[in-house]
Amino acid sequence: MIDGTMASTPTRAPLRRAPSNWGPGVCAGLGRHLGIDPLIVRIAFIAAATAGGIGVVIYLAAWALIPADTAEGAAPRRWRTGRSTIEVAVGMALIVLSLLLTARALGLLWSDVIVWPTVLVAAGAGLLWRQSFAAPRAEKPEPAAPDEERRERTRVLSRSGFGAALVIAAGVVFLYVTGALTAARDAVLAAVVVAAVLGIIFAPWVTRLVRSLASEREERVRSQARAEMAAHLHDSVLQTLALVQKRADDPRAVAALARTQERELRAWLAGREGGHDRLAAALEGAAGEVERAHGVPVEIVVVGDRELDDRGEALVAAAREAMVNAAKFGDGSPVDVYAEARDGELQVFVRDRGPGFDPDAVPPDRRGVRESIVGRMARHGGRAAIHSAPGAGTEVELTLPEAS
Amino acid sequence: MTRVAIVDDHGLFRAGVRSELEGHVELVGEAASVPEAVALVTEVRPDVVLLDVHMPEGGGVAVIRGAAELAPGTLFLALSASDAAEDVIATIRAGARGYVTKNIATDELVDAIERVRAGDAVFSPRLAGFVLDAFAGPAPKPEDPELDQLTAREREVLRHIARGYLYKEIALRLGISAKTVEAHVSAVLRKLQLSNRHELSRWAAERRLD
Repeated sequence: MIDGTMASTPTRAPLRRAPSNWGPGVCAGLGRHLGIDPLIVRIAFIAAATAGGIGVVIYLAAWALIPADTAEGAAPRRWRTGRSTIEVAVGMALIVLSLLLTARALGLLWSDVIVWPTVLVAAGAGLLWRQSFAAPRAEKPEPAAPDEERRERTRVLSRSGFGAALVIAAGVVFLYVTGALTAARDAVLAAVVVAAVLGIIFAPWVTRLVRSLASEREERVRSQARAEMAAHLHDSVLQTLALVQKRADDPRAVAALARTQERELRAWLAGREGGHDRLAAALEGAAGEVERAHGVPVEIVVVGDRELDDRGEALVAAAREAMVNAAKFGDGSPVDVYAEARDGELQVFVRDRGPGFDPDAVPPDRRGVRESIVGRMARHGGRAAIHSAPGAGTEVELTLPEAS
Repeated sequence: MTRVAIVDDHGLFRAGVRSELEGHVELVGEAASVPEAVALVTEVRPDVVLLDVHMPEGGGVAVIRGAAELAPGTLFLALSASDAAEDVIATIRAGARGYVTKNIATDELVDAIERVRAGDAVFSPRLAGFVLDAFAGPAPKPEDPELDQLTAREREVLRHIARGYLYKEIALRLGISAKTVEAHVSAVLRKLQLSNRHELSRWAAERRLD
């Protein structure tokens, strides 16, 4: 029973040229589409070809018009995609021209006037129809690159436009040759006036429509931005506020949390979070870490910026050591960091307002760290100077000449 | 005592500043919006107005534009949560005599208020950094070389401010008097307000209005 129903509504195979290794696959495709043996189609074509050559013409037209089956095999694809717009148009025009010339020779043509318009129409129609029947894009998981897709769309549009232009030109030529154009002028004028009137009437509506579409898109972008901001605030500020509430009895921890959050939020607002591949961002990242680790405010000002290379990274590491030092020995005073990228050199100053010390009598516990600053700078062709005096705080000055 | 007014749209923050400054200055009024602030300033003529940068209806810039002419003796010190270049530069160019951020310590804020009242400019380290950034390199088309470039001395003073030094420390280090340091900073403020260097006008133009 089910079989019977299935048989009574046969699904016809789409009209596609069959994949074939030796020819265009026209006969096989037609046969598959009509549900008959391709051999019958081939015999029919050969018969038609011997009868005045019309079979050859139809075969060529079918080749051009029927899209290839892209489901498998690269060979048939090559046949279809290999032809350009111009070739298709010229091919169709030549086929029709030859048909017309044959008809003329046989005395079937009543007037030569229709020859060129018909040829033009054929060329244009060939393009347009071919476009409509083009093989549907293979729905494979490989997504076309956006610009590739755009290029494809432009190609389709230009081909369709070219075809339409040919057909319209054919109409105009026909009207001109038959003298109907003069008569048509009044009608055309009327049509243009009507179009202008309609344009004036509907222009506001159309602009409103376009504008509302634009504002809708803008609104969508805005709500996306809002969602992004909400997500960020959830991850950062709200989290921190929750922590602050939990640790309300520890003012030091709360202050440190607030500082860290402030720094992070400022970096985010200024659009420079993550990615420590530039000097300013790397120094600010280091300052934030030191601040978190030691609970001492680190104020940083950076003038100019640079890409960070190995030597720049060494400078940042030395500056970080200096900040740790200042935070540890600065008696809890804020640490001021100033970095400047000038023509030819990078400079970083790290300063605390702690008790200071006599540089000639460096306490032994600070010697190691000092080595790691001075030594590191020297290894990378820079220098470090430490200015300090008892009661006047300490300032570390790092200078790195830029490699030319 | 210096007569001070507080302009900020956040009541909580006004209360905080009020309690910080109590006893150090004479508080003569508060305003929570631009029109309120303009009315307050023209009426009570404070010596110094502590001015929030971000407020509805134009913010601190609008307050300065609206009140400066009507109250010529009043000076403005911007006190803002924002330390974005656009905000800082726009407010200074509107006529503020200084710019400090809201996390400033109490004694430093009192010191800044007194300094503004005395006619000096108050530069936070970050503001000094912005100025150095804006005036870095030669001016592309120096219309007025006097205004569009910093002198070597001014640069040196700004660098020290950016490094966190106080005026008297800078004077000591550079071997000049504190008055001279103040004169340099005031000269820089004037350039900041009047120069047409495109970095400055760009920052001023980019400022979002809120």
